[in-house]
Amino acid sequence: MNNSTITNHITVSFDAFSVNEAFARTTVAIFMSELNPTLDQIDDVKTAVSEAVTNAIIHGYEVADDDKRTYCIDDKVSDNTVGCKNQIKNKYPQVVLNCSYEGRELTVEVIDKGVGISDIKQALEPLYTSKPQLERSGMGFSFMAAFMDELSVSSVPGHGTRVIMKKKL
Amino acid sequence: MELNYCKTTDKVIYNMPQEVDHHTARHISMELDHLIESAGIRNIIFDMKRTTFMDSSGIGIIIGRSRKLKYYDGGSVKVKNMSERIDLIFRSAGLYSIVEREEV
Repeated sequence: MNNSTITNHITVSFDAFSVNEAFARTTVAIFMSELNPTLDQIDDVKTAVSEAVTNAIIHGYEVADDDKRTYCIDDKVSDNTVGCKNQIKNKYPQVVLNCSYEGRELTVEVIDKGVGISDIKQALEPLYTSKPQLERSGMGFSFMAAFMDELSVSSVPGHGTRVIMKKKL
Repeated sequence: MELNYCKTTDKVIYNMPQEVDHHTARHISMELDHLIESAGIRNIIFDMKRTTFMDSSGIGIIIGRSRKLKYYDGGSVKVKNMSERIDLIFRSAGLYSIVEREEV
């Protein structure tokens, strides 16, 4: 009997800017395409990833907008970095996206090192939002739960939040 | 290039973009708030014909404008031309209890 299971994994780290939300969900959509998912499954995952990444940016790092997206070339990495003398270091808070699959089970992790969530139970309640002034609908976690098969959230206040979502394709 | 919106005296038909997320939502809300506050718009129709992706940020835009119009003594918010996907998002959020769906 051959019980070999197909696996794959990627890790992407990106600046916590809202412009990268589309990048994140598109990345996951392309990553999962090897499993020949249905269009509905792709849309479900894209919606869930978009919610998780948006949470990391506006709640984790409390970045209200991208207006502070300027950088100084002073911080370049010099000397031994061949051919990349103006490479810019990770000056900005990072959102980490881990995607993997084992067989037909897709796992997506969205991790931030932001403020964290002190009351996860409350955060998971439909329509609850800690930022009503930003017009958040309070439906982020509800959408993640609705469009994926499994959702788990762990958080340490002051250290960050990790959202793990799984979906069988 | 299609315009974002088409406006008559107190009504606007707003063409939502292809992807509605937190990143694109900010500009849409600002544009609509300007129309409500400065141009006297009281009736908004969100035209979803171009929209293929929307997350809960889109729900936030629509609920937010609906609340804002209530503050200005009423008006109406409607949506039209939803794809199956966008319709699913609206239904999941219970949005049809707040905004009317305009039959085309």
